[in-house]
Amino acid sequence: MARTTALPRIRAASRRWDWERIIPILMISPSIIAIAIFVYGFIGWTGYVSMTKWNTLLPDYTWVGLENYRRIFQDVRFQADIRNTVVFTVVFIAGCLALGLTLAILLDQRIRGENTLRSIYLFPMALSLIVTGTIWRWIFFPGNYPADPSGINLILAKVGLEGLQWGWITDPTIWPGSRPEWLKVKLLVPLALLPMTLAAIWQMSGFTMAMYLAGLRGIPDELKEAARVDGASEWQIFRLIELPLLRPITLSAVIILGHFSLKVFDLVMAMTGGGPAFATDMPGVNMYYTVFQGNAFAKGSAIAMIMLILVALLIVPYLYSNRQEEM
Amino acid sequence: MTRERRSILLAVALVLVLVLAACQAPAAPQASQPAQEEQPAAEEAQPAEEGGENVLEIFSWWTNPGEADGLAALFEIYRQRHPDVEIINATVAGGAGTDAKAVLKTRMLGGDPPDSFQVHGGQELLANWVVTDYMEPITFLYEEEGWLDKFPQALLDMVTYEGELYSVIVNVHRGNVLWYNTAIFQENGLEPPRTFDDFFQVAEALQAAGITPLAMGGKDRFEVAHLYEDVLLGALGPDGYQGLWDGSVAWTSDEVRAATELFSRMLDYTNPDYSAVSWAEAAGMVADGKAAMNIMGDWAAGYFINTGRTLGEEIGYVPSPGSEGSFMVVNDSFGLPKGAPHRENAINWLRVVGSREGQEAFNPKKGSICARIDCDPDVFGAYHQFSMDDFASNALVPSAVHGSAAPDAFAATVLLDATLNFVVDRDIDLLLETLQQAAEETYLGQ
Repeated sequence: MARTTALPRIRAASRRWDWERIIPILMISPSIIAIAIFVYGFIGWTGYVSMTKWNTLLPDYTWVGLENYRRIFQDVRFQADIRNTVVFTVVFIAGCLALGLTLAILLDQRIRGENTLRSIYLFPMALSLIVTGTIWRWIFFPGNYPADPSGINLILAKVGLEGLQWGWITDPTIWPGSRPEWLKVKLLVPLALLPMTLAAIWQMSGFTMAMYLAGLRGIPDELKEAARVDGASEWQIFRLIELPLLRPITLSAVIILGHFSLKVFDLVMAMTGGGPAFATDMPGVNMYYTVFQGNAFAKGSAIAMIMLILVALLIVPYLYSNRQEEM
Repeated sequence: MTRERRSILLAVALVLVLVLAACQAPAAPQASQPAQEEQPAAEEAQPAEEGGENVLEIFSWWTNPGEADGLAALFEIYRQRHPDVEIINATVAGGAGTDAKAVLKTRMLGGDPPDSFQVHGGQELLANWVVTDYMEPITFLYEEEGWLDKFPQALLDMVTYEGELYSVIVNVHRGNVLWYNTAIFQENGLEPPRTFDDFFQVAEALQAAGITPLAMGGKDRFEVAHLYEDVLLGALGPDGYQGLWDGSVAWTSDEVRAATELFSRMLDYTNPDYSAVSWAEAAGMVADGKAAMNIMGDWAAGYFINTGRTLGEEIGYVPSPGSEGSFMVVNDSFGLPKGAPHRENAINWLRVVGSREGQEAFNPKKGSICARIDCDPDVFGAYHQFSMDDFASNALVPSAVHGSAAPDAFAATVLLDATLNFVVDRDIDLLLETLQQAAEETYLGQ
């Protein structure tokens, strides 16, 4: 409605000062100020604290440079955290993508009851991670097997597969288990981490499915029809047409799942508490204990900054590629 | 035009409000440095602040049955003495107070202390709050109430800094107790172990009979370190154990290495799923006959009683191996934060906490014994009478895992992490060097 009458007014306004441009700036400035202080300001503050000596309750802003970083990287627990984060992220993202894409393709066959199925698959995402963690802890709690198994070990015993029983979330084995000279932890995959990864995949694969389903529905049928006319097989259509067109979806999913996995905290707390021997510990958990139990604010801030850098490694290339596409 | 004006004004007003709010935040009173001068002001502000109400806010992590009942009993006595004061029960759930302590730190650092809060008497109180100047000395209260000879000196020493007392200890738990399933021991013709040699003999026999000898937890992070500190006390004796905290015994010394070897051997007799088992579940294994023994503080007594067992019948108890004659003190206390919003009420609260009436009401419900030495044994059960006798006669030593012997920076993180790691990698050198280095960084030479 303003469009038709705006012309003379704009001319009038630009003579004084361009109110039409100032108002939007004023309107968003509260949120800009809030974000500047409460997000970027605090990131800067955390970065500053991480280079001070503040490792007791009483603030001590003596500058120590990268000393806290040097110390956390020498710490057994932190080294285990980094190893676990990498393993968890890779397995979790790969699992979610594979399972989500499979479910999406199956649901995309225009089957009956699709809405119901979609809701069922999406449902785990609505649960709190504490609930997920507690339930999966019951499932993967090994019990005193073979004499007195519980959870999944009990099921295995009932169906006569005692040989498959093992410690699940309590097994301290690291596979393959070699330790490089410059590290204090063994590499690479802590077996106890896998049940936890499975719980996380269960939680988030429905969400990935929904994203892929939206992507598949967005691919115009004409493209597929044209390919069929040219004699392409269904596999070729999937591999050469659908998959490439789903790339932006995959990228978005990787970002969302990736930052979820780098920040995971509640799942660890509910499911394993980080044990055995930090096989399932994560930087977020370590940071919480370092700051709120050990009062080592500077060391905790250093851990937080490392987490930020890990997330940035994932997100910055994404934002960059988005910008390139837009330009 | 006029409407546009108005929206501009509105936007500007919004920005101003926000800027003002942002400016005000840093101006809020800084934690507590000049607290001494601030107190009268804080008191004057009290009626306005709370809308003229007369309030007492008590911060604790006592939410479970038993401990919450004990707290309610203390509140009841306070209400009888001061009926006009409204009590705010600010609890944060969670065993050992992990989450509560995090909340408390945020409040204290933010300049918003409760009137009084639960804290383990010892380094958790001294290093966290007293040395950092967040607490007010309450020696005057001990003198007024005549408490100085009502508590054991070793206990008072734990809450003393530079000659001043800083908190009132309300209860005492014993950390070094071995609980055992009497039926299992009878069936296998075994006697409860008193020494480490006994322990290994018994454990070997139990293992041969297909029974898990020692139930251990690990999910709450403190259980493994708790066992380690009991082994250290048993192997080093009370003086050697105390030496770890005053610096006269090095973590890397031969005695500690020998004790750690004993610890490592004991771990061979524990349940492999410990990392997903909480301390209560580990105690439950003994109660249910799935394991023969458990070494845990006597809060486990409350667990056994609540699950319908009788101490001395189904469940037996002896001091943990080698630690007879020593009493590992785990205590809770209340102090007076500087800038407490209702200082008079808080002081009256401390009078209740330290009184014989208060301690006799609180402790039977909590399942602990009085910190005072003049409580009536008849209000307690058989186990606690045994514990009171030992408390009166044994060497009292502070627990590190439970906040008394060493500051959080050592006890709540490094000690727990290093022992949890040790269960799997069994690298004695790594464990002892880590602990020695952390000890030098956190509490030695200070």
